[in-house]
This record gives sequence, C-alpha cells and structure tokens, in this order.
Amino acid sequence: MLWMAAALALTLSSAGVIGTAIPPTQVVKVQKKEKLIEAEKPPFTEGIFPCSQCHNLKVNGKVNPTRRELQFHDEIQSDFHHDSENRWCLDCHDANNRDVLHLTSGAAVPFTESYKLCGQCHGDKYRDWKRGVHGKRVGQWNGEKTYFLCVNCHNPHSPRFKSLKPLPPPIRPSDMNRGKR
Amino acid sequence: MSACENSGGCGSEVVDPGRRDVLKFLAVGATMATGAACDLEGFFRKSFRELSPADVRRMTTGWERKYTRKYGKTVTVSEVGPMDGVKFGYGLDLSRCIGCRRCVYACVEENNQSRKEPQIQWIRVLEMDKAHGVDLNHSDIYYDAATVPQPGKFYMPIQCQQCDDPPCVKTCPVGATWKEKDGIVVIDYDWCIGCRCCMSACPYGARHFNWAEPSLPAQEMNPKTHVLGNRPRPKGVVEKCTFCIQRTREGLYPACVEVCPVGARKFGNLLDPESEIRQAMDTKRVFILKEDLATHPSFFYFYAT
Amino acid sequence: MAISFLRGSGRIISQGDRAYKIWVGSLLALIAIGLFAYSFQGRQGLIATNLRDQVSWGFYVGNFTFLVGIAAAAVMLVIPAYVYDWGPIKEVAILGELLAISAIIMCLLFVLVDMGRPDRFLHIVPFLGSPNWPMSVMAWDALVLNIYLGVNLAVVVHILYTGFYGKAYNKKIVIPLVLFSIPMAVSIHTVTAFLYNGMAARPFWNASILAPRFIVSAFCSGPAVLLILFQVLRKRTGLPIKDEAIQKVAELMAYAMFLNLFLLGAELFKEYYSATEHLLYTQYFWSGIGTHTTLVKYAWSGLAASLIAFFIFLVPKWRRNMTLLNVGCGLIYFSVYIEKGMGLVIPGMTPDTLGEIYEYKPTLVEWGVTAGIYGIGFLVFTFLVKLAVPIMSGHFSAVEAEPATSAPGELSAEAH
Repeated sequence: MLWMAAALALTLSSAGVIGTAIPPTQVVKVQKKEKLIEAEKPPFTEGIFPCSQCHNLKVNGKVNPTRRELQFHDEIQSDFHHDSENRWCLDCHDANNRDVLHLTSGAAVPFTESYKLCGQCHGDKYRDWKRGVHGKRVGQWNGEKTYFLCVNCHNPHSPRFKSLKPLPPPIRPSDMNRGKR
Repeated sequence: MSACENSGGCGSEVVDPGRRDVLKFLAVGATMATGAACDLEGFFRKSFRELSPADVRRMTTGWERKYTRKYGKTVTVSEVGPMDGVKFGYGLDLSRCIGCRRCVYACVEENNQSRKEPQIQWIRVLEMDKAHGVDLNHSDIYYDAATVPQPGKFYMPIQCQQCDDPPCVKTCPVGATWKEKDGIVVIDYDWCIGCRCCMSACPYGARHFNWAEPSLPAQEMNPKTHVLGNRPRPKGVVEKCTFCIQRTREGLYPACVEVCPVGARKFGNLLDPESEIRQAMDTKRVFILKEDLATHPSFFYFYAT
Repeated sequence: MAISFLRGSGRIISQGDRAYKIWVGSLLALIAIGLFAYSFQGRQGLIATNLRDQVSWGFYVGNFTFLVGIAAAAVMLVIPAYVYDWGPIKEVAILGELLAISAIIMCLLFVLVDMGRPDRFLHIVPFLGSPNWPMSVMAWDALVLNIYLGVNLAVVVHILYTGFYGKAYNKKIVIPLVLFSIPMAVSIHTVTAFLYNGMAARPFWNASILAPRFIVSAFCSGPAVLLILFQVLRKRTGLPIKDEAIQKVAELMAYAMFLNLFLLGAELFKEYYSATEHLLYTQYFWSGIGTHTTLVKYAWSGLAASLIAFFIFLVPKWRRNMTLLNVGCGLIYFSVYIEKGMGLVIPGMTPDTLGEIYEYKPTLVEWGVTAGIYGIGFLVFTFLVKLAVPIMSGHFSAVEAEPATSAPGELSAEAH
C-alpha cells in the first residue's frame, strides 16, 4: 500500500515541486549600473611609434602605392597572414599620414579605434563584439567590466589564434590510488 | 555548531603531550569536552535550510576561525544569498573553444578542489571529431597533444549545467542539495551523507566525490570562500560547480570566464536582456546538452560562427 | 518472561555440535576480516575501493540490490502458507521470514558501508533528519526496508515467543502483519528497482521492465536459498519438511524462471533491434566495447546457468531428483547474483554519462567488507534458525528451559 502511496505522491509532486525556475523572458532591472571600461591597448614595439618618425612625406617625398615586397618590417612581412594574397600595408595604414589607419572611404582612424577598421570586413564579429558575444570581458557581470579591443587578442597582421599547449589531462580513475599523496 | 563539522574531530589538534603543565592539561580537557559536545551538536544539528540567519552566521564565524587556524591565513566564509531579479545563465561558444584546459585549472584554484588523490576537477573538456559532431561516446578527456586545437577536432567543456529541473536534487534522500533562487544548484557539505545517488542521476558527470580526505595545500588555498561554494570540503561528500557562487553573488564573473584565453565563455543574468548571455542567446544558434532529458539547463552551448 | 526467553535463547545459540561450532567460528572469522577491511576503508575513505566518479556505485550496491531480492522472496512462501492455510509450506514459511530478516540486515549494512558519511545516517531518519519525501526514491527505499524489517521481526519474535511458552500465536496480530508484509515485500523490491529505473541519465536502468524483472528474479533466487536450507535442516534437525513442500516451491520457481528469461529476451530484443545509442550499455555487458570486456564472461555464464536451471526445474522428473535440484538452485542463485548484482550496476554506469569507459573491479577491501557483511547475515540467520527450529518442533520451550519457574498450563508445544 505504501508503495502505491509513494507512486501517487511522486506523480502529484513532480508536477509542481521542481519546476520553480523563473522564465527568462521576465525583465527585471539590475540594481548595479553597468559600466564598460576599455582595456589598456597593447603597446607598440619599442620606438616604432609615431611612424612618421621615418615615414615622413617631407623627407621621403612621394609614396609608392604599388603592392610590393618591402625592404623593411621583415618580422611583419614574414608573419603576415591576413588575406596576404590580396592585401598589403596601405590597405589599412594611411599612405599620407602613417600615424593613423584609414577606412575604405579614406576616412582616417586613429590606432586607438582600430576596431572600426576591423569592423569594415568583419561586420558580424564587430556586431557581436559590441554586444559582448564576441571577445572577452572581465570584472563584474553586473557592474564595471573591462572589455578588450580586437588587437588585444588578435595580432592584426596575423589574426588567427596561435595554438596553445594544453594544461595536463586529468588523472585516470584507474591511476588514482590511495596512499600516493 | 562551531569548528568541528569536519571529519577530523575537535579535540585532536589541541592536544600537546609534550607539556605537563596542569593548567594546560585542564585547558585541553575543557577543549576536549567542548569538542565532544559540539560533535554531538553536529550529529543532531539541523539541515542548512532549517537554520536561522543568526545560526548560519554563528556557524560561518566558527568555520572562519577554524580554517584561518588550519590554513594559516585569514579565511572568510560568506553566506550571502541570491540577488533579487537575477537568474544566472552561462554560454559556451563551441566555435571558439580550443581545449586548452585553462578553465579547468583556474576553477580548481578558485574553488579549493582536492589537487590529487583524489584529484577533483569540476570542468571536463571533451575532445571530439568534427566529423562526428557532438558524440559523447566517442569523446576523449585525456587528450594530451603538444598543442591545441588539433586539426579535425573540436572541444567541449562540460561542467554543472545548473538545471532548472535537476535530477540530482530530486534524488537526494536527505535534501542536502537544492536549487537557489538565482539558479545555482548547491550542496550542504555538512548534510550530505555521501550516498552518491546524485552522481548516478546527473546526466552531465558534473558531480564529484571526495573519495579521500581532500588534498589542499595551505599556500594554494583560496581564502575567499562561500558557505555553499568553495569552502574546504570534508572527506566523503559530493561537490560540484556553483558558477563560482563566492564570486558571482558579489557581482564578479566566474573564474573560468575570466581565464578563458579565447573568450568562449559568457556569463550573466538571464533576466536582463542586455546581458552578454542573453545577447548570445538572442543572436546565435543555441543548444543545450541532452535536451531529451528535460533537465532544462541554465548552461547554453552556441556557435558564434 | 522476556528475560527467561532471552536467557533460553542465549543458551540455545551458544550450544551445538562440532560442525555448528566450526560454522559459527568461520562466520566470526569472516566478520573479523570485514571489520578489519572496513576500518581500513574508514580511515582511507572510499578511495580504498575501486569506485571513482566514473563508476560511483559498484560491488556494495550490487550486493545490496541482490539481497533485497532475497529478502522479498520471503513472500513467496508466506502467501500460500498464511493466506491459503496450505499446510506443507506453512511449517517452513517462518524460515522464509528468518531469511528475509537476515537479508534485510545485510542490505542495510551494504548501504551503510557504501556511504561516504555513515556518521550522518540520522539525516535520513524521519523526524530526526530530513528525508526528501516524496521525491527521493532512496528516502522511500530506506523507509520501506526498515518497515519490512520491523514487520518481519515482529512476526517472527511473536511466533517464537509464544511457541517458547507453548501457546498458539495470536492470529489477530500475526495475520494482519503477514498480510501487510506481502505488499511490503513487493514494495521493497519495486522501490529498489525504481531507484535505478528513475534515473534518466542511465539508459540501461531507465527501462520500465526493470521493476518486473526485479520481482521475477527475486522469485527465482530467494526460494533457491530456502530449498537448500530445507534439506540441510531436514537432515540435521529432523524438522519435518515434506518433499511435497519442496516440490511445490520448485514448481513455482520454474514459472518464475520462465518469466525471468522471457523478460530478459524482451529487453534484449528492444535494445538490439532498435539499436539506438543506448544499446552501448547492453553491449558492454554482453559483448564488451572494444578491449573493455570485463563483464562478458559473467554475462554469458549467468545466462547459461539460468537456462540450465530453468530446464532442471521445468521437467518434473528432473526436479524430483534432489541432486539435480540442488545443482539447479546453485545455478539460478549464481545467475541472479550476476544479473541483479554487478550485471545491473556496472553496465548502468559504463560508459559513464560523458562516454568514458572505466572498467571497475572491486578491490580486496571491498571483498573483505562484503565477506564480513555476509558473515554477519549468515550468523544472524544461523542463530535465528537455531532458535526457531527447536521451538517449531517443540524440542525447546519454557518448560524445558527453566523447569523450576514454569507455570501450570505453559506446556511444551507439540510438533506441528
């Protein structure tokens, strides 16, 4: 008899007891004010900026806009994997003012806002990034959080993530024995 | 209920057989007597959920004292409850995860898991073939390639899914585990009897057992703890991911979100449409693990690209 | 009165011939081994077993499940004996209840040694603890097991006590309790089956056929123990157990064995014909997965034993041959031990919920603890039988125990 009562009780209670979760559609105000803080931008290579130190129109004269192998910036050229078949420096770096980048429209963009340039081609990532879906934020989920710019994580000349050495695998259950502390 | 909920017993650490001082002897005797008394109190104590806030505070202060002594650093044990209007949700971008296991170890350090013998890790990262899709039966958690990601492979970290209909909670014979208002499924380490029904019931392998006295080196112990979260656990009880309850209830991101080098982990309030997790759910294709079991996880896998 | 009963009982169990003393001595040795192993496990923690997160239940829980079946089987004898007043079985039905008591004690001990925190057992006790009713099947299981133990103890103690003083037992007490113990027996095995059955995470257990299979297999293994026991007692104590009773039980067992095989076949057909991803666990048991084949030999030898036993019990000429009958009992006992023990628990958890295969095998410590628990169970059973037999056959009563204090009217009971 008891087991029948048990079964009945189980049936009755399974309907109500557990499913107490709040539906995700319900909108409630979050108490804390969210605040986005930009992460510190990655530093340039020592002594390389401002670029106009060397790239100076007044000194060097006219810019050669032809796509070609340069005699300089070897380390960038050797590790240039950003549609390298079709692209080159001046697609992003401004020919007339090397201290800024430029959009396809020709509008200048400072290095600090390079994400605008990235967003031209990677519109979906740009959109996701602004929502916090792409990229990374750290700090407080409901308060002050630091967000990272594209170039904090991606090398603009070779944006694909480099592979990493994984941390060690877990100990297998058969190898986890007593007394081997 | 003071400093003796643990398996070690109360009096043992105070006894100093080297000194014959009568006063000392009396003091030890008194401590031992109190020890026995508080053991009895532990034996007959009420479950966590029946305790008044004052009782809980009294208990946590006791643990703070005990842990501080044991680990040689100031340990805090918070008992802060869920926030109003908050239900936590978690998103994991499978198109980003590279299987580097940074999350696994960040979690271990944050949450004071036993380091080895028994080794306890709340996150398991499964390596699977892209050719097969999500197929747990052909997964490998022991992959040890020189670098990740390996070609043709993808990686799927699995931890507690904080189900809305948690089978583990249903099955616990003593009600030692329950779902909090903010969606976190927690365990009362002092009420768990170690029968492991919840481990049988969990479809995600998320629950882990302290098969022996946990090994937690004092210098590695994270002193910022929560009573239902990362405070040191005794031998013989079950533990699991709590979305870093000690962090998230203070407004911080979980440790695994903070450490992820590829930004594959998203966390936030499911009730806030602007939160990162809701944005991911609204704009991406999302799936939940073992949907057919109707556990209704608060943990969502998605593909951002 | 109670004191003289206890004193008399103490005298009875402490006396016996050489074989009895050797038997009790070896059981005590087993218990000593068990205590030693358990104290080791107590110090180390359950890491002393081979249980791990991947396979978190094993030998202890397997033995527990099997013994619940043995305990439940007591009804098999109780139903015809008490309800239909069927003579030949009635005189031995009490032995079934004694077996149930011993089996339940072993069940509870197996649960206790499997617990990570046995010191917190009070947490599951009503009023003292916080049993998670009605949702937790484990909480129900603990309750029904204890009630079943209580009911059987009450019946047995009452019958023995009244028998001791040469009185007939009180039907107003015994009949309702016995009637109550019938659904209880069904419920202990059903609830234990539901404990597994309710776990959607484990497809191997999550089959509606599980509870019926539990019940049916209990009707095979439980009586098998009793049949052997009847013969031992008949030989050693002269307890008048008729061949008729043994044959009746054997016949009932034949039906149960057929059903058991049929249900197994039904389950295997469903698994192999539909061949979903859930087939994996059945496969692990019957053919292994890759190089992981630990259980395969047990699976097939269990099936073979079950088939042979079925035919022995089916053919009347064969089952009337006592040697063959005993072989059959041994075979079916072995078969159900595999099926409802490790063959149930381990494939349920291998591969684990994330697809990992960890091949579990019990450690020496687990064997030791298990041996100790069986030692306790057998010792309890031996003592109970030692007490019951002379009382039932009228060789032991208050008159004999303490002639000086026996009151008039308390005459030695006549043999039934």
